[in-house]
Amino acid sequence: MPRPIEWQLGTVTGIQTETPTVRSFTLGLPEWSGHRAGQHVDIRLTAEDGYSVERSYSIASEPELAGQLEITVERIPNGEVSPFLHDVVVEGDRLEVRGPIGGYFVWETGLGGPLFLVAGGSGVVPLMAMLRHRARAGSTIPTRLLFSSRGPDEIIYRDELDRLAGHGDGLEVAYTLTRQQPPGWTGYSRRIDDRMLDEVLEPLGSGARTYICGPTALVETAANALLRLGLPADRIRTERFGPTGT
Amino acid sequence: MDEPGRDPAADLMVDGNAVAGTLMGVFGEEVTTMPGQCAHCGTVNMIGGMHAYIRGPGIVLRCPVCHGVVIRAVERGDATYVDAQGMRYLRFRQSTVIGR
Repeated sequence: MPRPIEWQLGTVTGIQTETPTVRSFTLGLPEWSGHRAGQHVDIRLTAEDGYSVERSYSIASEPELAGQLEITVERIPNGEVSPFLHDVVVEGDRLEVRGPIGGYFVWETGLGGPLFLVAGGSGVVPLMAMLRHRARAGSTIPTRLLFSSRGPDEIIYRDELDRLAGHGDGLEVAYTLTRQQPPGWTGYSRRIDDRMLDEVLEPLGSGARTYICGPTALVETAANALLRLGLPADRIRTERFGPTGT
Repeated sequence: MDEPGRDPAADLMVDGNAVAGTLMGVFGEEVTTMPGQCAHCGTVNMIGGMHAYIRGPGIVLRCPVCHGVVIRAVERGDATYVDAQGMRYLRFRQSTVIGR
């Protein structure tokens, strides 16, 4: 079994369109050592002249899936890796993968809850791995996801999130749409702020294990607000993506 | 992002988690849950909770409390140069070192 530090070849076994700019790729990895929800992989592309480029992508799938994993990738127009994945890669192609990587931004049912997840855009990906793991494990740990997207067509995993929240097993999902709302929208319609965080967090209490992932500015805003609301710093884990759209 | 007066460089910051792959290549182990003490202010933080800047020619890790530079790493050829002057110590678990 390769160590996480070694590159291994994964075969693309499925490609799914999530939103107009986001796709999920299922990779078959026969020698995958398994991962924990929240970890990421590095993907390396190498050109014929030897030039290579690496990017980190959060794992979207739950650890319970053996021998495969799913990454969800937003297409960055001027990116070096994501346009290749979106526009060139087809099923059957092989990609160099290294991982799993990271142990800091990780949640598993054994850590307990309550669990409070805050996502902006594709920041939902590692949190989805946590929710899929939670569902697969049959957990009823009280859990809330606050998920910020720009418009209704840009909500990644929306159908699955609504389905998971409909199980009545203690998961609730709150959406906010910051730029465009469909007619009759009943969710939030603004950027994440103190009042919104307070409202969504309130039923979980200030001891909730909190994971925030998204663009750096959103993560900063949410983490600082939660500290003001009295959440202890050691209950808050963050993963910043950098600037929006890069 | 749209906030007036916000330092544009602040948006470039990511977490130590983002450089986990590079640092794993240096230390040979997963490091994001490894505690280290900032040599500038004495705070102990896990690598994954430090602030990382990765858009330059190398990577820079800064203390999340005092923002002092704790680690710089640059890859050159087949080598990685690591300057850890700002890190007073890093705590490796024995099980991750012995027997390797």
